[in-house]
Amino acid sequence: MSSEDELIRDSEASRLCDKAQWVWRETLRVHRRAPETRLASSLSAVEIFVALYYGGVLRFDPAEPLAAERDRCIISKGHGSICMYPILADLGFFPRIELERVCQAGGILGGIPDPVIPGYETVNGSLGHGLGVATGIALGLKGRRSDRSVFVVTGDGELHEGANWEAIMFASHHQLDRLNLVVDNNGVSMLGHTDDIVAHDSLPDRLQAFGWECHEVDGHDVVSVREALLAMKAQVAGKPKALIAHTRKGNGVPGLEDEDLCHVMNPKPELIDRLLGEES
Amino acid sequence: MTVKTFASDPSSTGGRGEVMSGQTVTPRPIAMRDAFLERVWRAMADDGDIYFTCADFGSPVLDRIRGQFPDRFANVGIAEQNLINVSAGLAVEGFKVFAYAIAPFITMRCFEQIRVNLALLSKVRPINVNLIGVGAGYSYVVSGPTHQCYEDLTVMRALPNVAIYSPADHVTAAALFDPCLANPGAKYLRLDAQVLPVVYRSQPPDLAHGFNVLRAGGRVCLIATGFMVHTALKVAEQLAQAGITVDVIDFFDLSGFDAAGLRRQLTPYAGLVSLEEGFRGRGGLDALLFDFSARHRLQARMLNLGVEGDYRFELGTRDQLHEQVGIGLNAALRSVREFVQAVEP
Repeated sequence: MSSEDELIRDSEASRLCDKAQWVWRETLRVHRRAPETRLASSLSAVEIFVALYYGGVLRFDPAEPLAAERDRCIISKGHGSICMYPILADLGFFPRIELERVCQAGGILGGIPDPVIPGYETVNGSLGHGLGVATGIALGLKGRRSDRSVFVVTGDGELHEGANWEAIMFASHHQLDRLNLVVDNNGVSMLGHTDDIVAHDSLPDRLQAFGWECHEVDGHDVVSVREALLAMKAQVAGKPKALIAHTRKGNGVPGLEDEDLCHVMNPKPELIDRLLGEES
Repeated sequence: MTVKTFASDPSSTGGRGEVMSGQTVTPRPIAMRDAFLERVWRAMADDGDIYFTCADFGSPVLDRIRGQFPDRFANVGIAEQNLINVSAGLAVEGFKVFAYAIAPFITMRCFEQIRVNLALLSKVRPINVNLIGVGAGYSYVVSGPTHQCYEDLTVMRALPNVAIYSPADHVTAAALFDPCLANPGAKYLRLDAQVLPVVYRSQPPDLAHGFNVLRAGGRVCLIATGFMVHTALKVAEQLAQAGITVDVIDFFDLSGFDAAGLRRQLTPYAGLVSLEEGFRGRGGLDALLFDFSARHRLQARMLNLGVEGDYRFELGTRDQLHEQVGIGLNAALRSVREFVQAVEP
């Protein structure tokens, strides 16, 4: 690699890291204004969504969110995707002013995202629906001989829903090799650590046993996540693909990170202000 | 891929090539599913946007669909939740989807998938998904209460934007293909698993009304859906022989019926009788008519005939089972005769 290439790569990496930091901060700000939103599960997914939307992984057009040429991105982890609000606003899917009225009457951004929000494809929130619908979308695109990709982002907790495994079996049988599953594997669902509830021992092995290609990545290393996503998207070889992104629920917030009950914990406004360096 | 054809099925008299062509009606009764699937099969040849999904459930006509259109056919296996989800995904990509399974499973096994990915999703994305459920009421006679279906009208009526069709014969079932194909949204078509006599010999009923008056002239009207239309016709016939006139309405569109027309039709009656092959008093046709009657201030007294009590494991013929739960011909005849006398002493 030439030094010029390295320079470009470094500046790209630094741009993504800056974006991830900005999204993390904006997500905290949204939550400070709207404490009804779920913070911890949104913070574990920041780098995943930054890599998807700023890393050149997804094709999309904010001016025409449902354009036929787009890649489909199904965000199954419902309320755990509040970090998408600043991303979509920043990219121009809707005016930034919406970030000021999350969970307020007249706004479009609720405690759980709905597809009335430009950029959201389907109804989620009730967990375990996204992968099955994404599978149908991938089957439909295959039927239309389309080369568009389908990404679906789930949490690990929602993989307890059996309908996911119906879809996982179906996708490999039908060789849906443009279907890409990203698991935000933060290891914690509402009442504690997933491993203490019903363990997903060796999730990659399980997916591989079901006929999926599966890789793992540090879900908070945004550059590695981007590389893994691009590699996954490029691999079209008869198998659906999964990327297990190992993440921390409540990433970056002391007292929240990896706590058993962090899903339902709200950090005090003063703590958020201190983290943002915005003490009054 | 080689498709092994469906074994001959005693519940279907479905002579191949013997069914419907467009709106031409064959008077020989065949299974509702074969009449409907014949329409789907014919349309798939011309319309590349029709996709057929099923949850490991067949029919002789389905053999033709999966044999001729393997690229637009998917059997998801015994997995109704995925049937709905995959169908929803196909539909947002612009396919008009027909999803096919046994009635209690395609409604109740996957109810939340229907709610989220069809009813809710269709509010924001244009989709056309048609749930074809076979096995209304007691039509899987000897299979017992897992396969019998007495709650589907109740649960599907809870979804405000899902259309519900409940035909009484194969002619109506076949005709309902047209609104299913043409209209967006989510629809549930409740088909009998048995071959029922033909109600409409010359032409299908006017689908725009959603109901059809089969006998007129009396002061009491029997309003029936599905299989119970045939029971209602027999009750009316036997009462006529005793000099008592009761009318019969076939109510086949429980969601999109012509409300003004129904109000005009029902206003003169002194008594209304609902007949359904579903639990009485639990939100089915009876609840629909109570609500309609209250909303439109109808003066008629009401009698509801539906499945009395709760689940039963007794074996018997469909007629025997119906008598046990209060909707057999004899039971209905007794109840209606008493009701007529009470309404018009």
